[in-house]
Amino acid sequence: MSAASLRIALVGNPNCGKTALFNQLTGSRQKVANYAGVTVERKEGRVLTPSGRVLQLLDLPGAYSFDAASPDEVITRDVCHGRYPGETAPDLIVCVADATNLRLHLRFALEVQRLGRPMVLALNMMDAAAKRGVRIDVAELQRRLGIPVIETVAVRRDGAAALIAQLDRQDLPPPPPEPGADLHVAVRELLAATVTMPRRTGRVDDAMDRIALHPVFGLAILAVLMFLIFQAVFSWAQPLMDGIGAGVTALAALTTQSLPDGVLKSLLVDGVFSGLGSVLVFLPQILILFLFILVLEESGYLPRAAFLLDRLMFKAGLTGRAFIPLLSSFACAVPGIMATRSIQDPRDRLTTILVAPLMTCSARLPVYTLLIAAFIPRQTVWGIFNLQGIVLFALYFAGVTSALIVASVIKRLRRDKSEHALLMELPSYRVPNVRDVLIGLKERAEIFLKRVGGIILTLVVLLWVLSSFPAAPADATLPAIDYSLAGKIGHFMQPLFAPIGFGWQICVALIPGLAAREVAVSALGTVYAMSGSDDAVAAQLGPMIADQWSLATALSLLAWYVFAPQCLSTLAIIRRETGSWKIVAVAAGYLFALAYAASFITFRIASSFA
Amino acid sequence: MRLSELGHHIAATVTAVEDFGTADPIARRLRDLGFVAGEPVKIVAHGPVQRDPMLVQIGYTRFALRRAEAARVQVAPEVDA
Repeated sequence: MSAASLRIALVGNPNCGKTALFNQLTGSRQKVANYAGVTVERKEGRVLTPSGRVLQLLDLPGAYSFDAASPDEVITRDVCHGRYPGETAPDLIVCVADATNLRLHLRFALEVQRLGRPMVLALNMMDAAAKRGVRIDVAELQRRLGIPVIETVAVRRDGAAALIAQLDRQDLPPPPPEPGADLHVAVRELLAATVTMPRRTGRVDDAMDRIALHPVFGLAILAVLMFLIFQAVFSWAQPLMDGIGAGVTALAALTTQSLPDGVLKSLLVDGVFSGLGSVLVFLPQILILFLFILVLEESGYLPRAAFLLDRLMFKAGLTGRAFIPLLSSFACAVPGIMATRSIQDPRDRLTTILVAPLMTCSARLPVYTLLIAAFIPRQTVWGIFNLQGIVLFALYFAGVTSALIVASVIKRLRRDKSEHALLMELPSYRVPNVRDVLIGLKERAEIFLKRVGGIILTLVVLLWVLSSFPAAPADATLPAIDYSLAGKIGHFMQPLFAPIGFGWQICVALIPGLAAREVAVSALGTVYAMSGSDDAVAAQLGPMIADQWSLATALSLLAWYVFAPQCLSTLAIIRRETGSWKIVAVAAGYLFALAYAASFITFRIASSFA
Repeated sequence: MRLSELGHHIAATVTAVEDFGTADPIARRLRDLGFVAGEPVKIVAHGPVQRDPMLVQIGYTRFALRRAEAARVQVAPEVDA
């Protein structure tokens, strides 16, 4: 066999430090893609050995067993068996086991051994094992298993040197012997003969879990952490987002200054650069959120948070792991939906993705602020409450409540009513590794820019075309947008929206407002032929709409914005994360239906009081 | 008794894992994760609401199990002086 084509697969239980080892072996020479048709990540990298050979290393998803219980495990099983379509069977399997958790991990190693393919066992986290006083007779373990056993410390520089030396050998290890029929019995015998362990658990883990899982202190710590994440995504990202916005605008001005005013300049400034801005503006929130999530995941805290919240979320048809994605969706559903990757169960993940857009994101605030300031009197209710504040709270509350209701409805409606287990391992606490966190962040940013950026950019340019063509005639009396396709569509839609109180101006503004919710404010400004900065437009718009719209119309529009999928980026990320246009259609359909129903009821009730 | 009825920090040994229904995938998974006869287990923590889920120490590993999952595991508490 030619050395260059040697294909190695990395397998192991979840939490065995396999990904850290993969990062250690491949460094930045890795490629992340998806397995066709499923949303399981396929990570491949190249290993350069000291003798100059190049090895292909495939990092298979973590698995507890070949009796697969999730799409991840199906892929690991099928690739190892050499029957996954489009994947060649690996020439060599490196099975990674956590040296502090051999009872669980050796069972899977024996299951891998049954495949009869050349394999190597990497005993990872030997440093942590030594610290706990775990002593492993590696020579004896190797003799009994009949395969090479190599010690590694994935988080230490050169911690994988012995493994690389083994992989660099020209000859593959011979196929391993068949382990006994009862793997649990075999594991017990192996452990008794080769491992001594002073106690069963880590002292540090026990102490930390007593606090972290405490019904009171545990929840308090969780609340503080969540508050911090929420603050970070909601407000720390804001200066960076403003900076990106200003930077893109300046860049647009700089590159187009020599162009004459006209269609080309407008296409570049309002189409291409504006689209680029709408893509890049998500990066700060995505990076900040994933920094927290990666650190929490690596440290072992994320499953603990899921443990604390599981009961509450389970009642609503969700899972404990859905909490962080949903919380992040209050800032923006795009990073929130990306964060659902930490939910392993596909059914729970889909429900979370479907309800995430109901969390009131920060882009709805400019719309809420405009309408509340214009229509809700600044009066005090029951002595201490501000009526405007109450309305804002009600809008947030409506979002959360409807998310819980929708999740419960999905639970009732779905055909698969089988019990899905929590069965979640709480791994040992670890200090997050900077390299692994940085590689994780780089992956998230690349995935977003490459696969979602294109969709968002295209849609923004498309919206520009709709809003700009055909151009207004020279003797135009109405705002230019009124003559465009978007204007025509708005007028055409108007009869449909009349029952919920929307005039043609609102209908026209809804179309460019699909680019992002906050764009609705400037779009209304365009319809009412106002000019100036966004703030100036908002200031003029308030009195204008207060004069022209009824209170019922304003409340109806507020209700519309609680539910409507007025954000194409969210739909684009749903498409990317689920790989299915059907799910995008379902999400958009139910959100529009909810929005229409809510606005209809609001408008009818408010009109009857007027 | 069932693992779901086992008290906090009481040492016990797994005696069997019961299938709820035919070919129960959750029971199979529990066995794969090491819930087999003779393994020592202990409940080390409970979730804050309705004491659910429960955190089970088995071998060197901790698993969070919902009560319905833990109910599949039969255990014998150790007779302690």
